[in-house]
Amino acid sequence: MDTALILHFLTTPLVFLIWTTFLKTFILLNVVLGVVSVTVFAERKVSAFIQDRTGPNRVGIPMTLLGGKKDIPFWGLGQMIADPVKLLTKENFVPAGVNKFFFWLAPKLVLLPPLLVLAVLPFGSSLFGVEMTIANINAGVLFIFAVTSLSVYGITIAGWASNSKFPFIGGIRSSSQMISYELALGLSIIPIFMVCGTLNINEIIDWQIKNGWLVAPYWPHGFSLGQLLHPHDLIHSLVAGVSLERFLLWIPLMISFVIFLVSIFAETNRLPFDLPEAEQELVGGYHTEYSSMNFASFFLGEYAAMFAGSGAIVSIFLGGWSLPIIPDGSQGWFWGLVNIGVWFAKVSVILLFMIWIRWTLPRFRYDQLMKLGWLGFFPIALFNIFLTAVILAVVHH
Amino acid sequence: MILAAFWFFATLMLLFGVSVLVLKNPVSCAMSLVMSFICLAGLFVTLDATFIGVIQVLVYAGAVMVLFLFIIMLLDLREEKSRRLNFGATLGGLLVVASFLSILTQVILTNPAFAIPTPTLEGPPVSDVKMIGMTLFHSFRLPFEIIGVLLLSATVGVIVLSRRTLR
Repeated sequence: MDTALILHFLTTPLVFLIWTTFLKTFILLNVVLGVVSVTVFAERKVSAFIQDRTGPNRVGIPMTLLGGKKDIPFWGLGQMIADPVKLLTKENFVPAGVNKFFFWLAPKLVLLPPLLVLAVLPFGSSLFGVEMTIANINAGVLFIFAVTSLSVYGITIAGWASNSKFPFIGGIRSSSQMISYELALGLSIIPIFMVCGTLNINEIIDWQIKNGWLVAPYWPHGFSLGQLLHPHDLIHSLVAGVSLERFLLWIPLMISFVIFLVSIFAETNRLPFDLPEAEQELVGGYHTEYSSMNFASFFLGEYAAMFAGSGAIVSIFLGGWSLPIIPDGSQGWFWGLVNIGVWFAKVSVILLFMIWIRWTLPRFRYDQLMKLGWLGFFPIALFNIFLTAVILAVVHH
Repeated sequence: MILAAFWFFATLMLLFGVSVLVLKNPVSCAMSLVMSFICLAGLFVTLDATFIGVIQVLVYAGAVMVLFLFIIMLLDLREEKSRRLNFGATLGGLLVVASFLSILTQVILTNPAFAIPTPTLEGPPVSDVKMIGMTLFHSFRLPFEIIGVLLLSATVGVIVLSRRTLR
């Protein structure tokens, strides 16, 4: 075959778009599933640290099986492989009274939405001129909401198809919880649209690069490392970053951030809002009847949802892949890789925060959860929209 | 490629639409309706109306149908029993459908407005979000606000009614 011909074929716009998209999707999917298994391990380790235990520290390389004297524990890192292997090799037991088709379908429905959310998250600036977003669509933030609103089905269907009372109560709880917090989630994001004037996540990140992260009220304008050598320029850029508008807008944006963060906890069924699987009351909640790989799908789905939620928080409020001083991918492939690293580092911090919260706060009661959603966040988010509008109107006049 | 996507989503949508009527289990029917809404959203996206497609999923598939499913599960509806087809009713139904379709085709074939193909969009791509926003909140401000008040009064009415039954 003629290599020049193949090269020409691969660089025609449509073909180029198709194979780069496939490559990006493949790599991101694998990396995220890898991150998920690391998160599960981190959860066990961090919980052990918080509760003053050791946590998993044994599974490493089993040298004794190979005739050695001692195992190499490797800080228990082998647990990441041992857990999935255990789940995969268990018997997949299907109880007698279940609705077979929906029982089979539910775990897939739980796993699908969080992976779809990844399609619109910009996980880096650009690499070799290829944009590091799988789908850069204009209604990106709304796409996230639309897809997460579908994740209710998996859990509800799982609870119903199991044909058993505890999963059913778990499924019903989860659907009303998710609908309630979706409202607060959707309303909390409207001030961001008003300030940035766009629904596109990439453009929101561009806005943050110019004006500072949405949660940071102060940003030196045009600040770079080189300015450290020129004090005059440095002072100039520091003063230029001070604006009354940003400090005023910081109030509603910070309220939005808190509501969004807490609602993400509720949407991903994390503690303190994990009522759908409260083990003291509901055995295992909606996944009580599941075993083996079907159970693992729920597990995977929950952690993938955590990852997707953290990705959304980072992209919308914490500047996405950007860090001050660091240039974007148009300055060379090295910086492109650095940007991807920055994104994953920020997401890891939020994931760690989620784990930390889980092992710090006790579970809410169900009526407290509903009260917080409907009487707390919903009116506050609504009021927040008016506040933003007033500030924008006053500042621009 | 867009044509292929159109046929894919259209066929799937119709298939799920039929299965809403045909399937016996109420939950299967509700889920089929959800799938049909998602396919409709796909159709919107193939027409470059991403915003409407996303809203379709968000509102209908993600919110309205969840409530439907919720209520179906709470009421614990049994599977529909298969009924024997009534010959007269079937014939009448077929007649109504056939006459409606014949009138529809006649109108489409004879009305000159349908013969003119819609002109293709020209100029730079426009942001559909912005366009919808301008249309709703600028050109049709008053109707939009009237609808808002109407919905609010409906919401208040529901709350009042449910309170009364509680007492």
